[in-house]
Amino acid sequence: MTAFLVRRSFYMIFTLIVVSILGFIIINLPPGTYLDVYIAELQSMGTATAMEQRQAIVQRFGLDQPLYYQYWNWISGFIRGDFGISFMYERPVSDLIWSRLGYTVILSTSTLIFTWLVALPIGIYSAVNKYSIGDNIFTFFGFLGLSIPNFLLALVFMVISARVLGHTVGGLFSMEYRDAVWSIGKFIDLLKHLWIPVIVVGTAGTATLIRIMRGNLLDILNQQYIQTARAKGLKENIVIYKHAVRNAIHPLIMQLGMTFPQIISGGMIVAIVLSLPTVGPMYFEALAQQDMYLAGTFLMMVSFLLIFGNLVADFLLALVDPRIRYE
Amino acid sequence: MSNSEIREPAVSPEGQKEVNIDPDIQQIKSLSRFQLMKRAFFKNKLAIAAGFVLIILYITMVFFPNLFSTHPPFQQDRNNMYAPPQRIRFFDVDGNFNLRPFVYPYDMELDFETFQYEYTPNYDEKKFIYFFNRGFSYKLGGFWDTDIHFMGLESEEDMFFIFGSDRMGRDIFSRIVHAGRVSLTVGLVGVALTIILGSFFGTLSGYMGGIIDQIIQRIIEILLSFPTIPLWAALAAALPQDWSSIRIFFGISIIIALRNWAGLGRQVRGKVMSFRESEYTIAARIGGASHLYIILHHMIPNAFSHIIVIGTLSIPAMIIAETALSFLGLGIQPPMVSWGTLLEASQRVNVVINYPWIMIPGLFVVIAVLAFNFLGDGFRDAADPFSS
Repeated sequence: MTAFLVRRSFYMIFTLIVVSILGFIIINLPPGTYLDVYIAELQSMGTATAMEQRQAIVQRFGLDQPLYYQYWNWISGFIRGDFGISFMYERPVSDLIWSRLGYTVILSTSTLIFTWLVALPIGIYSAVNKYSIGDNIFTFFGFLGLSIPNFLLALVFMVISARVLGHTVGGLFSMEYRDAVWSIGKFIDLLKHLWIPVIVVGTAGTATLIRIMRGNLLDILNQQYIQTARAKGLKENIVIYKHAVRNAIHPLIMQLGMTFPQIISGGMIVAIVLSLPTVGPMYFEALAQQDMYLAGTFLMMVSFLLIFGNLVADFLLALVDPRIRYE
Repeated sequence: MSNSEIREPAVSPEGQKEVNIDPDIQQIKSLSRFQLMKRAFFKNKLAIAAGFVLIILYITMVFFPNLFSTHPPFQQDRNNMYAPPQRIRFFDVDGNFNLRPFVYPYDMELDFETFQYEYTPNYDEKKFIYFFNRGFSYKLGGFWDTDIHFMGLESEEDMFFIFGSDRMGRDIFSRIVHAGRVSLTVGLVGVALTIILGSFFGTLSGYMGGIIDQIIQRIIEILLSFPTIPLWAALAAALPQDWSSIRIFFGISIIIALRNWAGLGRQVRGKVMSFRESEYTIAARIGGASHLYIILHHMIPNAFSHIIVIGTLSIPAMIIAETALSFLGLGIQPPMVSWGTLLEASQRVNVVINYPWIMIPGLFVVIAVLAFNFLGDGFRDAADPFSS
């Protein structure tokens, strides 16, 4: 087990390094940087020190140096928790990202739990009652859920809530809690707001998981050991839950590695529509403004979340399925 | 099929029943693989219906968008901003039936308290809908000058907004028809690239094995560890701003395909690895066939049906990706329009709440994606006609 973990962690670090290099190159692709805009702004305001400030920033980040130097400068700061500065907000990136990353993690994990809680029972029901009315209805809604872009679903939610409930459902907190310190009240308020983005972001993932769970379980129910279990006279519930479902869950854990990116990516656009204080809105704004350190750090952090999520999925899989460990 | 004639239990002169051979089994043996696939596909009614929907979408939107639109898609009308969809009616307000469908024109007023436009149907006037009548002139298929349209009101000047109008008074229906051209082709261009890249690297990786396999697998793993939307957004933001919209269109397709081939590549690799160990490959090697020959004549043709299935099933993801990028303003750029750019207007939530019909383009995204999903499912069942 330890050897497996060490090997996987080594892969993870390797992947992280490559991802960070590629990410930095991509973020630096657009010609010109926000720095030019920033300096032009300072000059137009008539600040005499504009050129000096520019010089200071260029020096600090080595912007006149080759790209690999800039990359090293930026990535080595990660260890100290220094991610560069945001030109747009004129603040260090580390001041801006932590709360947004935190809410992203909260939203993503809640969505993940939601997809599993909904998809598992429905998938089992659909497989056990194959081609029943319930199965057909779930299959239909599953396809529909896969086909609606989730930001569109968010919009529909907004319109319905505004027209029926009379108020919009955006944000993660009510007005009075938005800037308040953490308390039980704030937490309950968060839960009250969280369910809408969770449903909106989780729909596609849930639909995928239902289809996979149904397919797996159907395959397994056709196997001979299930027939044996039934022939022994075991209760049908025991046959299904103890013998079939347990084995059908493995591919689902493998699927975690695919569900997690879906949730994180989907959540980023939904966040714009529902005005959530997560990574999404600030990342896209930073991209549009070419605020490269901010955008680059977000891309890095989101990829890190994803890679780490995959590592956890691998670990879980190795835990439930010993065959994986010895491969 | 003439199964019923064959199925009659034949009784021999001795009065003994002959062994009744299931005619289906006999026939299956004599059918080619392709015939079997066709048969399996045509059993799936949902897939056929989806195919029809897609054919209609492609004919109306990709090939003849002008024929089917009712207004020029860019024609602005300051007097008809945010007009709600007009109901197409057969019965008038008094309950009289008309065989020819008609709409009621609107009377428009600006509400000075809310500063919103109020549209009320004018029930005194009926505007009948004519099919194949004359409207604005255009070039059919890019060649023939004509002004015939599939449907329209008698006068071109009359407003005819089946899906309402947007903030500049442009007809949403006509804009959807024109935007479909981009949205429906972006997936095809993207999937062509995905298939080329995915089958090339997948076959190479699976057939060669060893260090090449290791390297390609690591590349695929890294590609898959980038979150899709943020990566696409970052790449799309890097497209030069001075590019023409057609170049941006291809740029977006390439960007989407650049990550998407990884999934296909992985699956093709798995298939090819199992083919490589099979007897016919060994026979081909012994017969002196080169690796290239085996790849081109044995590996790719065998994996082809699988590639088509995964390709079809990846089109929806690309349509959604394009829609999402354009919705964010990072995708297709004006003057080109796609369903996503039409949806960009609904980013402002208070606008959508007041004028929800500007989300109708999204409905077409859902229809197209649903249809491709069903079609892909049908292909999947057909690709492996020997199972079950």
